[in-house]
Amino acid sequence: MADFHSSTLTQLAADLRARRFSSVELVSALLARIERHQGALNAFISVTRDAALAVARSADRELAAGSGGALTGVPIAHKDLFCTAGVRTSCGSRMLDNFVSPYDATVVARLKRAGAVMVGKTNMDEFAMGSSNETSYYGPARNPWNPALVPGGSSGGSAAAVAARLVPGATATDTGGSIRQPAALCGITGMKPTYGRVSRYGMVAFASSLDQGGVLTVSAADAALMLREMAGFDAADSTSVDTPVPDYVAALAAPLAGLKIGLLKEFFDEGLDRDNEQRVREALRVFEGLGASLREVSLPHLPLSVPVYYVVAPAECSANLARYDGVRFGHRCDSPRDLNDMYRRSRGEGFGAEVKRRVMTGTYVLSAGYYDAYYLKAQRVRALINADFIRAFQSVDVLMGPTTPTPAFAIGAKTADPITMYLNDIYTIGANLAGLPAVSVPCGFVQNLPVGLQIVGPHFSEARVLNAAHAFQRVTDWHTRIPRGYA
Amino acid sequence: MSGWETVIGLEIHAQLATRSKIFSGSATAYGAAPNAQANLVDLGYPGVLPVLNGEAVRMAVKLGLALAARIARHSVFARKNYFYPDLPKGYQISQYELPIVADGSLEIMLEDGERKRIGITRAHLEEDAGKSLHEAVPGMTGVDLNRAGTPLVEIVSEPQLRSAREAVAYMKKVHTLVRYLEICDGNMQEGSFRCDANVSVRRTGTRTFGTRAEIKNLNSFRFVERAINYEVGRQIEILESGGAVVQETRLYDPDKGETRPMRSKEEANDYRYFPDPDLLPLQLDEAFIESVRATLPELPDHKAARFATDYGLSAYDAGVLTASRELADYYEAVVKAAPEDPKLAANWVMGELAAALNKENLDVTSGKLPPERLAGLLARIGDRTISGKIAKEVFEAMWSQGVAADAVIEARGLRQITDTAAIERAIDAVMAGNPAQLADYRAGKDKLFGFFVGQVMKATGGKANPAQLNELLRRKLSG
Repeated sequence: MADFHSSTLTQLAADLRARRFSSVELVSALLARIERHQGALNAFISVTRDAALAVARSADRELAAGSGGALTGVPIAHKDLFCTAGVRTSCGSRMLDNFVSPYDATVVARLKRAGAVMVGKTNMDEFAMGSSNETSYYGPARNPWNPALVPGGSSGGSAAAVAARLVPGATATDTGGSIRQPAALCGITGMKPTYGRVSRYGMVAFASSLDQGGVLTVSAADAALMLREMAGFDAADSTSVDTPVPDYVAALAAPLAGLKIGLLKEFFDEGLDRDNEQRVREALRVFEGLGASLREVSLPHLPLSVPVYYVVAPAECSANLARYDGVRFGHRCDSPRDLNDMYRRSRGEGFGAEVKRRVMTGTYVLSAGYYDAYYLKAQRVRALINADFIRAFQSVDVLMGPTTPTPAFAIGAKTADPITMYLNDIYTIGANLAGLPAVSVPCGFVQNLPVGLQIVGPHFSEARVLNAAHAFQRVTDWHTRIPRGYA
Repeated sequence: MSGWETVIGLEIHAQLATRSKIFSGSATAYGAAPNAQANLVDLGYPGVLPVLNGEAVRMAVKLGLALAARIARHSVFARKNYFYPDLPKGYQISQYELPIVADGSLEIMLEDGERKRIGITRAHLEEDAGKSLHEAVPGMTGVDLNRAGTPLVEIVSEPQLRSAREAVAYMKKVHTLVRYLEICDGNMQEGSFRCDANVSVRRTGTRTFGTRAEIKNLNSFRFVERAINYEVGRQIEILESGGAVVQETRLYDPDKGETRPMRSKEEANDYRYFPDPDLLPLQLDEAFIESVRATLPELPDHKAARFATDYGLSAYDAGVLTASRELADYYEAVVKAAPEDPKLAANWVMGELAAALNKENLDVTSGKLPPERLAGLLARIGDRTISGKIAKEVFEAMWSQGVAADAVIEARGLRQITDTAAIERAIDAVMAGNPAQLADYRAGKDKLFGFFVGQVMKATGGKANPAQLNELLRRKLSG
């Protein structure tokens, strides 16, 4: 009873079904944990205690009746950019501090239908723009391995909450690495599915062609379970893809022998921390031991990912964030003099510096006279990067490499220089530009800080990617390590 | 104005008659309480996404086929970015570089009967904006988003119109077409059909275009004509006094009959178009396009040509009768019921009937005078039961009382006299009663023939068959 938190999501779901304890007991225990650690971690923007307990009670009735879904009674948290009916959906921004969503995102509705109990909404970089959670209007979430360090971002609150075992799983989104990078920095498993696999409806947009919802969990098996319940075609999202969702859980056990792994040559560059590289290479040897073969693969255009991303993402964001004008919802400045004053001050007050920087960058690259040089060229390079990946997957099953160049860094260390901050996503952005599924799994420690291994697969190969991650986790225990003070 | 040539291109916005909006499931019906027909997608709430309405696509393709245009197998929706309170997302979803319809044309008829083909550069799908209500709330501006997301097709002509009249003829032709296709209700008061006019002038013989002004939001044919004429005059005056026309957006003030610059748009807008990542490129295949082609009705030009040939009508009459599908259908129903004289039917439909409808501000579909009933009247003219003149009296009674021609003829005893003996008796009586006139006529005063016709008609209560009367009278008078 006291060690609910050291159980995995998969185990908790099974225990609930076996009625070893009730959902109310479980949810109450985790709510207490959330409250205890909120001051140190700042992982949550909202905690929905009463609603969670009410849902837990009804989950217990369903469990007693032998009904319910795959996640009935299991507590989870949602990144605060998934719209949740009747609950504030702030996107980590002052702009939406007062915004109570009138509807549920498709992801939220599906997890609800599967029986999951939402306990709260997690902290995040403002509108998912950041790699450290420091751009949040609600202050930075902290890394449970060391509270002086960032948990990564933008899904920093979800990652910190799962790493500290405040919840067994949380939703997250990944536009340039926002699931995988915090997973790596917090020592947990983070899965970004193929673009189009998970509905974006109700997931507040940052960069529409790159955003993809996914999960942060302790293990790949947990990710498989949660993703299976979230994924699938949604008629409300024109970019969601209408192909059946395989049973990711059932696919976990498939043998790994014969798996052809491509080592992403461009990821083992001079920016990669030596110790970090060591841990990744050790992990690759584990895969060899499991019967996989390794070969180096080069994606020549991949080094252009960061510049391409910082044209495409801001361009889309500049339009996506135009709706926050103070007219219908969100922050409106006090006593505007006229329309332009209302726009200027509402947006000036509502948005933080990083959001403004990206809106301005995006506006610039789309402007007459610059569109061809920036936006159009970036789209062409994006197509080349995509082609690089497709070519690589003709000879290998998955690609592997580090998730980040370094382990977690200190709060404040990179805020003065946006470019160094942007470079933290150098290994993750490629998968977003090409829309590929990718997972980060813990693969060791550097100076007591976790390091992540990234596994990227072809489009819609979630089952294969999770299977590889799971095989690794069956023979390693990095993902089971719990930060001191949270065990 | 001589020495100047006017160059006009029109951008016509036609609201598509879909039941729901172009990217959401909200209803499009006009006249609901403000914001009653705006859902979360229309309101641009955080997290919502657009889903394209297939019916709007079908309608745009229908239009493209009717314009003999190229239907794009691959077209792209783009975001047009600008801030305005009635534009909830801060961008309008439109089509920019790759529209669904391109390179079409249609033919207009000028007043002199000359035909002119007008090129249509493109027609693209887009969403309408909402409305800002400046009078609804004192001291504030209200926003009604019922119209936001209503599907529009914007039809862009080549700058090939050379006068306000041509522009109006073109706009009317497009209006006729979209109503034939049943893709737009054409209601201009409600804004379902409106246009922006790009107007410039140049010295006759010049090849390059002059600087143009764009007159926004013209929602009546009359305003289009007046606004363009005013604008042309204004530009010529500027140029003749050595000035330069400024490229700008102008508004037409129907009360003052003039155009003036729009205040809010001093600086040129940079709309920063880019492909909308929320919508996949629209891919259309041959089978879909052919399935739409199969639903095309007979088009106005074809119908007019057929009317001219089959019914022996002039090009002008055929044009008038086919200006709306409803009128054409009415006419054909009349001819079907009274096939003997299609020309007579045309005269009655365009004459008496049109005047009567117009007077009461009714449409031909009002049902006040069903075509079979008008045909009944024409049949009585055809079989010489009544004369054309009497027919007008019968028509009036039919119109006001809603009864059949025969009932009026019987009730009023208007049956035409075709009995030769009866007419001859009447002629004899008139000749006997007017000996002086008879003498004069016979002495060569031919003009008195009309006098005798009038007298006999008077004696027969107007019921003598005119042709018979003429013939018999001529014979009798000449002795």
